[in-house]
Amino acid sequence: MTEAAKPLSSINTRVDSEVQGGVTEAEGPQMMSWDSHTRRWVVVYIPLLIFLFVLLFPFYWMGVTTFKPDSELLDFKNNNPFWVANPTLANINKLIFETDYTHWLVTTMFVAVGSTFLSILASVLAAYAIQRLRFKGSDYVGLAIYAAYLVPPSILFIPLAQVVFEMGLYDTSFALILTYPTFLVPFCTWLLIGYFKSIPYELEECALIDGASRLQILRRITLPLAVPGLISAGIFAFTLSWNEFIYALAFISSTENKTVPVAILTELVSGDVYHWGALMAGALLGSLPVAIFYMFFVEYYVSSLTGAVKE
Amino acid sequence: MDASTWVAKRPEPSALARLFDYKPFLIAVCLFPAVGLLVVFLTYPLGLGVYLAFTDTQIGGNGKWIGLLNFIDLMEDPIFLQSVWWTFVYTAIATVGKFALGLWLALLLNDNIPFKSAIRAIILLPYIVPTVLSAIAWWWIYDPQFSIISYVVVDQLGLRERYYDFLGEPWPARWSLIVANIWRGIPFVAITLLAGLQTISPSLYEAAMLDGASGWQRFRRITAPLLMPILAIVMTFSVLFTFTDFQLVYAITRGGPINSTHLMATLAFQRGIPAGQLGEGAAIAVAMIPFLVFATLFSYYALGNRKWQQGSDND
Repeated sequence: MTEAAKPLSSINTRVDSEVQGGVTEAEGPQMMSWDSHTRRWVVVYIPLLIFLFVLLFPFYWMGVTTFKPDSELLDFKNNNPFWVANPTLANINKLIFETDYTHWLVTTMFVAVGSTFLSILASVLAAYAIQRLRFKGSDYVGLAIYAAYLVPPSILFIPLAQVVFEMGLYDTSFALILTYPTFLVPFCTWLLIGYFKSIPYELEECALIDGASRLQILRRITLPLAVPGLISAGIFAFTLSWNEFIYALAFISSTENKTVPVAILTELVSGDVYHWGALMAGALLGSLPVAIFYMFFVEYYVSSLTGAVKE
Repeated sequence: MDASTWVAKRPEPSALARLFDYKPFLIAVCLFPAVGLLVVFLTYPLGLGVYLAFTDTQIGGNGKWIGLLNFIDLMEDPIFLQSVWWTFVYTAIATVGKFALGLWLALLLNDNIPFKSAIRAIILLPYIVPTVLSAIAWWWIYDPQFSIISYVVVDQLGLRERYYDFLGEPWPARWSLIVANIWRGIPFVAITLLAGLQTISPSLYEAAMLDGASGWQRFRRITAPLLMPILAIVMTFSVLFTFTDFQLVYAITRGGPINSTHLMATLAFQRGIPAGQLGEGAAIAVAMIPFLVFATLFSYYALGNRKWQQGSDND
């Protein structure tokens, strides 16, 4: 907004000073400088810094707590709680060697990769059929798949628990790999339809005339051009499955099959005494994989998030 | 060699290849995985859930049809009624907070600031990190003895005598949950609204400023109406996912103290899975459906229609 405002207001002052002679010449630039510095700090930078502080503080607190020895953790009187005087790895040590944490990490990774792969495969084919093969009612199929995204897991988990139980998948990773696509496929399909739309249809027509089969076109032309869309969809699916909680809580009962979010909450919280250091270490380590993954692909992530909403 | 003797050099494709080039077959094959997964794990369970709500099914056993009995019982159950009331209050307050603060943050980010893309990336962190894990951090921030907020307010600033008991009393616990939910929701709202703001042409603001419009007038007459279509969609999702929220409440309070913070989703879980009353849990979950349908239609028609009201030349 002010980007546009700056040249304009400078034009205004110039016009003013020309009209009114030298009177405003001294005031004009002064007001301008107040406007662009002090006022900007009060109106833009300070609120922004407060926002950043509030949004990031829980993570800072998580990190600081992870490296605190118990003596500092539970004594604010003699220590500055915002800093670690004697950092220790005891909490992480305890987490890794005294619990099944590494096991949970591997399970979560397996589930996230498996469900992402399955969802992308299903979504690519569905998006290709809806956007490129075009058939009577293809728009309605697309809409129906998207409507599935509006069905929240909280109303599905009870009947799904029974379905999973009847299929003999209860308490296995496959229960999660097969149920996560219910919220991944709608989103990814919608995203990929948008990407396929941006690929010129003429390319496919040329290939058809040259005698390529439909599957060859998908593999050799459409998919390579849709790689950014595939990456976006993959990242989104991976993060969503890593973060999923309610299905993992309802369908998994044995300690070793749990995913990280569920395991931390149900296995590390025991009795009335909470081991905050280990809990925070678990939360930090469980967040790191997605955070790192996210940092590598920020642009894809933001574009898929905003692109999906704009559609 | 004249044209009449020309022979096609291309080999005849195999029967399988021809089958895959037969369009109806190919469409069916392509749609099968997605539609199959969604029908088996979404449509069927949705129907099954509605059916279960009318039975007295328990875990590991077949229930029988009991009609509306589950719903009649629920109507007389003060814990359920309280959870319905609290779900609405939670959704309303958290949505207002998220959108007020998220829109503010989006406007700040849309202002030409340094390190814009880095800040935008950092801001999304609360949305990226698993909700349960950040909820655990909030739980620790709300600890009755070692809360960092109490430490600052009581020990550093001396504004209070006693430490806050965030999660021990119903109302403080409810406000604590709302704050955590708003914290988690701001990034999504801010980033999506920012994308909407960036599509608004700066020339509109320039024209308005030439006409002497004030900052508020520019927001009210240009930003607000042009942002409305995207706001409607973001709000639909936000309301839907706040209303059916489960993770934050389950992680921070588990519905306590004395069931005062149970949302319908957490109550459905507690009755359905640990207590094993699948029928009753399903009834609570099904009770959420009318609201979800209403909220979706309302935001779609009431807010979304602005798009054609203002004409399509700016789209």
